Amino acid sequence: MEEIKTNGLQEKDEISEDMQLLNDVTKNEYKWGFITDIESDTAPKGLNEEIVRFISLKKGEPEWMTEWRLKAFRHWQTMEEPKWPNVKYPKIDFQDIIYYSAPKKKPQLDSLDEVDPELLKTFEKLGIPLEEQKILSGVAVDAVFDSVSVATTFKETLKEKGVIFSSVSEALKDHPELVKKYLGSVVPYTDNYYAALNAAVFSDGSFVYIPKGVRCPMELSTYFRINNEETGQFERTLIIAEEGSYVSYLEGCTAPIRDTNQLHAAVVELVILENAEIKYSTVQNWYPGNSEGKGGIYNFVTKRAACRGNHSKVSWTQVETGSAVTWKYPSCILQGDYSVGEFYSVAVTNNYQQADTGTKMIHLGKNTSSTIISKGISAGKSNNSYRGLVKVGKKADNARNFTQCDSMLMGDKCGAHTFPYIEIENDTAKVEHEATTSKVGEDQIFYLNQRGISTEDAVNMIVNGFCKEVFNELPMEFAVEAQKLLAISLESSVG
Amino acid sequence: MLVIKNLKANVEGKEILKGINLEIKAGEVHAIMGPNGSGKSTLANVLAGHGGYEVTDGEIYFEGKELVELAPEDRAREGIFLAFQYPIEIPGISNATFLKTALNEVRKYNGKPEATPKEFMELLREKSGVLGMDPQFISRSVNVGFSGGEKKRNEILQMLMLQPKLALLDETDSGLDIDALKIVSSGVNVFKNNDNAVLLVTHYQRLLDYIVPDYVHVLSKGRIIKSGGKELALELEEKGYDWIKNDELIEENV
Repeated sequence: MEEIKTNGLQEKDEISEDMQLLNDVTKNEYKWGFITDIESDTAPKGLNEEIVRFISLKKGEPEWMTEWRLKAFRHWQTMEEPKWPNVKYPKIDFQDIIYYSAPKKKPQLDSLDEVDPELLKTFEKLGIPLEEQKILSGVAVDAVFDSVSVATTFKETLKEKGVIFSSVSEALKDHPELVKKYLGSVVPYTDNYYAALNAAVFSDGSFVYIPKGVRCPMELSTYFRINNEETGQFERTLIIAEEGSYVSYLEGCTAPIRDTNQLHAAVVELVILENAEIKYSTVQNWYPGNSEGKGGIYNFVTKRAACRGNHSKVSWTQVETGSAVTWKYPSCILQGDYSVGEFYSVAVTNNYQQADTGTKMIHLGKNTSSTIISKGISAGKSNNSYRGLVKVGKKADNARNFTQCDSMLMGDKCGAHTFPYIEIENDTAKVEHEATTSKVGEDQIFYLNQRGISTEDAVNMIVNGFCKEVFNELPMEFAVEAQKLLAISLESSVG
Repeated sequence: MLVIKNLKANVEGKEILKGINLEIKAGEVHAIMGPNGSGKSTLANVLAGHGGYEVTDGEIYFEGKELVELAPEDRAREGIFLAFQYPIEIPGISNATFLKTALNEVRKYNGKPEATPKEFMELLREKSGVLGMDPQFISRSVNVGFSGGEKKRNEILQMLMLQPKLALLDETDSGLDIDALKIVSSGVNVFKNNDNAVLLVTHYQRLLDYIVPDYVHVLSKGRIIKSGGKELALELEEKGYDWIKNDELIEENV
């Protein structure tokens, strides 16, 4: 358990004007920060068994589901908030949060015509086209507004292939047997504090089922939006890839600017059977708080993939620029022989943002392999930590892991930390770990300046180059969006 | 094209340039020679606008425009090009992206339309041909994993692509074997015409066998202590820098 710690402070003397510019934190606007004026159906603040029952009742859930939630809630009450992450934030008052908020005009999920026009406008503003005829890119979208899934597009096309893409609430009605079989099977409610909380109060999320041998004909995308003040968002995503199937799934998130911190505690479960593959990409841009560190989302998320079948594969690709505090470790349980887990991550922190993120690769099957590429960029007064576990079990003969953790510092007031954990119980394992820390060099900036490129563009270029291995893993359109997002997130740090 | 008047500059508070006077006209090639630490590279970097160098006195005019307050990217866009002594690596950014961005920035600034991908590729093919560069290099990251010679050639390629008015070559010959030196020199000779100018900064005379200067200036302790024609370089080669330094001492003592 080593800690490699780097702090820009030591090199303070070498900072000249360009670097000074890097330190000047201006007030870049979070352009997704608007609030939608919409009537909501909201539960009273606070959390108790009654609220849990209320949520379950509102969603018309079967009895077993209500019971499961209650068990989770009771378990949660016995647990303590985790203290080990390298982040600091004031104690959360869980009784001061609204656990259920839904747009009042409950839309008919079959037809977009019935969706509240205000909602459609919101998603349009966010650049998420919901009207199917407008979608040229062939991406099916599920939009989750506060607690409820408001619209899922391209349902019919997907149905022909037997692909189920719906909200979890709908899935509970239409395919209860599938939900019952897999929900909580990868992330049980006993897993951790936030997973237990999520299980008790989760309001919605996306459900995907890819039948045997089907290659999903389009990319599936869920767009999450927190709107209501004081609302926590607890969505739950469940994706099942049957034997020999494939799906690429994208998720994006934004929230309005609020002075207060909002909690987002999601759970994502992926089940991958023999010869199947899931590619899961995230561009996370929750409101990060302002330049003084006020407001912003607490993003405490449990994401886990179970590669149950032989030759199954999962890739997590994430670009994280948002949230005030992030606590997130998308993991892979490599149970099937020859199963493959990949984790590609760019985490950007600026101003007072804090991120403690990484992955877990649990090798259980034989000949399993995993790759971890993590790029952390710290600017302003932020703190960026990589925390990763590579575990090789007794029976996991010939397991392979390659880990590369690169950190980039912009300015002299930010921090980058790496916490790699390696636990090996099998002699045949081969595990490699590489880590680098660099500063955006004055020399690099001057070199680009000298070729006619402005300092801001130069920094973007350098940062994009640094993240290239991860961007290469993103679907084309998402990669473009991610690059733009990075530029906006770091705008402030270039003076 | 370039007029430098009584230029003084500091690095980390220490005065390196102690009053440089120099004029370069279009069509000319000037060579600045001098021993290590005389301020040759400082002069090149000050002209390019490196933030680590502070101009404390004097004036620099480029095409009639005062340079000192101009940002380095604007100097580049105005037509000043510095071929770096130690070219910088930019991991993850391909030479193609880098060159194209630079070319279009310069074009935009000068009111010209951006290069189409076809124009760009044709220009690139032509210019890299001059330098005998493997076209594969274009997809590699800027200077990453390049040998010393490849890096220098890449600098010259950038110069040929951007077509600056004034090219400052900072010890472009250092670390080159004779074949690479010939290729790099031929690149400079292809570049040279009556409308542009070249300022070579070099320690050794051998570069001047391939790029013939119109003027040679000897820099010592932050001042130009002697100027002459190309024969001055040969004289220096023969007698060494001590000859000039002694000369200077005598002059100062008289």
